[in-house]
Amino acid sequence: MAEPSVPQSFAADGLLSRPIAWARTNLFKSPGNTVLTLVAAWVLWLLLPPLINWALVKATWVGDPAACRAAGGACWGLVTEKYRLILFGIYPYDEQWRPFSAVLLFIGMILMAANPRFWKPWLGAALTAGLVIVAVLMWGGVLGLPPVSDDRWGGLPLTLILSIAGIVLSFPLAVVLALGRRSQLPAVRAWCVVYIELWRGVPLISVLFMASIMFPLFMPEGVTIDKLLRAQLGIILFTAAYLAEIVRGGLQAISQGQYEAADSIGLTYWQKMRLVILPQALKVVIPPLVGQFITTFKDTSLVIIIGLYDLLSSTKVALSDPQWRAFYVEGFVVAALIYFVFSYVMSQYSQYLERRLSAGVRRQ
Amino acid sequence: MPKDEVVISLKDVNKWYGTFHALRDINLDVRKGERVVVAGPSGSGKSTMIRCINRLEEHQSGTIQVNGTEVSNDVKAVEKVRREVGMVFQQFNLFPHLTVLENLTLAPIWVKHMPKAEASDIAMKYLERVQIHEQAKKYPGQLSGGQQQRVAIARSLCMRPSIMLFDEPTSALDPEMIKEVLDVMVELAEEGMTMVCVTHEMGFARTVADTVVFMADGQIVEMNTPSELFGNPKEERTRQFLSQIIRH
Repeated sequence: MAEPSVPQSFAADGLLSRPIAWARTNLFKSPGNTVLTLVAAWVLWLLLPPLINWALVKATWVGDPAACRAAGGACWGLVTEKYRLILFGIYPYDEQWRPFSAVLLFIGMILMAANPRFWKPWLGAALTAGLVIVAVLMWGGVLGLPPVSDDRWGGLPLTLILSIAGIVLSFPLAVVLALGRRSQLPAVRAWCVVYIELWRGVPLISVLFMASIMFPLFMPEGVTIDKLLRAQLGIILFTAAYLAEIVRGGLQAISQGQYEAADSIGLTYWQKMRLVILPQALKVVIPPLVGQFITTFKDTSLVIIIGLYDLLSSTKVALSDPQWRAFYVEGFVVAALIYFVFSYVMSQYSQYLERRLSAGVRRQ
Repeated sequence: MPKDEVVISLKDVNKWYGTFHALRDINLDVRKGERVVVAGPSGSGKSTMIRCINRLEEHQSGTIQVNGTEVSNDVKAVEKVRREVGMVFQQFNLFPHLTVLENLTLAPIWVKHMPKAEASDIAMKYLERVQIHEQAKKYPGQLSGGQQQRVAIARSLCMRPSIMLFDEPTSALDPEMIKEVLDVMVELAEEGMTMVCVTHEMGFARTVADTVVFMADGQIVEMNTPSELFGNPKEERTRQFLSQIIRH
């Protein structure tokens, strides 16, 4: 942003001159602007003081429900008391260092995968190794770790597993579907259209219901597929349909000339797509792609209806304690904050990635 | 005209876009080392014809052979033809997400499986030839139109093609940049490259071409040496076209 020009009279006032000049250009530039500023200030005046009062001033940080009621503010005692239930669900209490390490490992893997410095050939192997360690930690049964069945998994690790696996595995499928929908081969195109439109035509909730209740009915006697795996598959197949349409949008944004140039130098179809078309097409659709990633991350909370204890469900479990039931607002605020942090980081990262990828190409 | 072997041969080629008859019974032989300029009014099928040679467009009847390989639905045959035929487009069509050097090495590395270092050496050699080697690390968007087109020519040359197709290579350029691109093309012609150029640059046709093909309404109207075709056109349609472009 350009430095606002400082009028002579204010410049003389020293310290205050810059803020005043800033306010003049940004808050009070026109009558409409001034009205908006005043309305916003009034709304903040109404909301902020009570909020601060509730969340910080009158809040109880540790202590039982009785102490909270006496203080009259937010009862963060709920969180200090129940954070392990919120974060790790009904995972066996004494083994909860395992999901805790898994979450740390997950975050480490995400940071590594997101950092261009680590975009080396070995990254895939490192991430796979990380996933194996996460699986060993969560399931156990080897290396002296007591086995924990995955219907006891819960909280943040479950949310991260469902959403990361959902995003990472649906993405390649989505690319194939998008390419298929633009294929020259009528059969391939028809299958992809049917797949995409079918999955986009049903709500995720009904997909999860089908996966958890109806799917087992169709299986032969004695064959069972793990409930978590079924939900995970549902999320992957569902998300892929949405991502496919986003990717197709990107493919359509690339000019015919790029396809022809790639053809004319002798690249095969897959080389053309991988080396020339997709890198450009995916860059164009980073904002909607990340939007879909964020949606998928938050939508994993729907697994509550088939009895999986993701972050939101485990928060509800924590709040089912009759002693603490009155303080459900605090519980949901904490869950919301955790969701917000992850979503906000994703959104910021997408902007960083866009800036980085447009370096050098901007003048075109 | 050189009496060498025929490297491109079109026999009774027809093409329709829906009901529009874009190419009508095209017969054309191009010999090794021959420089052919294709001229004609817009919509006459010039670009369509050369785009059929490397299968960017499909013809519906007749046969097209390049170095003895028939251009057909056979993907392998088309890939072979494209490896041997370079093409330069009106809109350059450089890959904007790759540097100039990466644009040049892409095909040698992936299509010819050349080691990266060797591909880079060859690429730098061609960039020097089109006098743009200082820009190797830049992105196409940072270059002028004339520079981009020279990079595009170098990109095609990196595949060591035996034939080069030019589809109105100077039509999208500002006037002051046309010469730098034509100079490269003239140099290429002097080295004996087989070339088929669709262009409105009649000066280029006069100095470089062995054969000028005049097309109108999807047909080859007349085909001759430049001096004959420009000096002594046989067909009324040719005369009409020449009078129009000379008036400007």
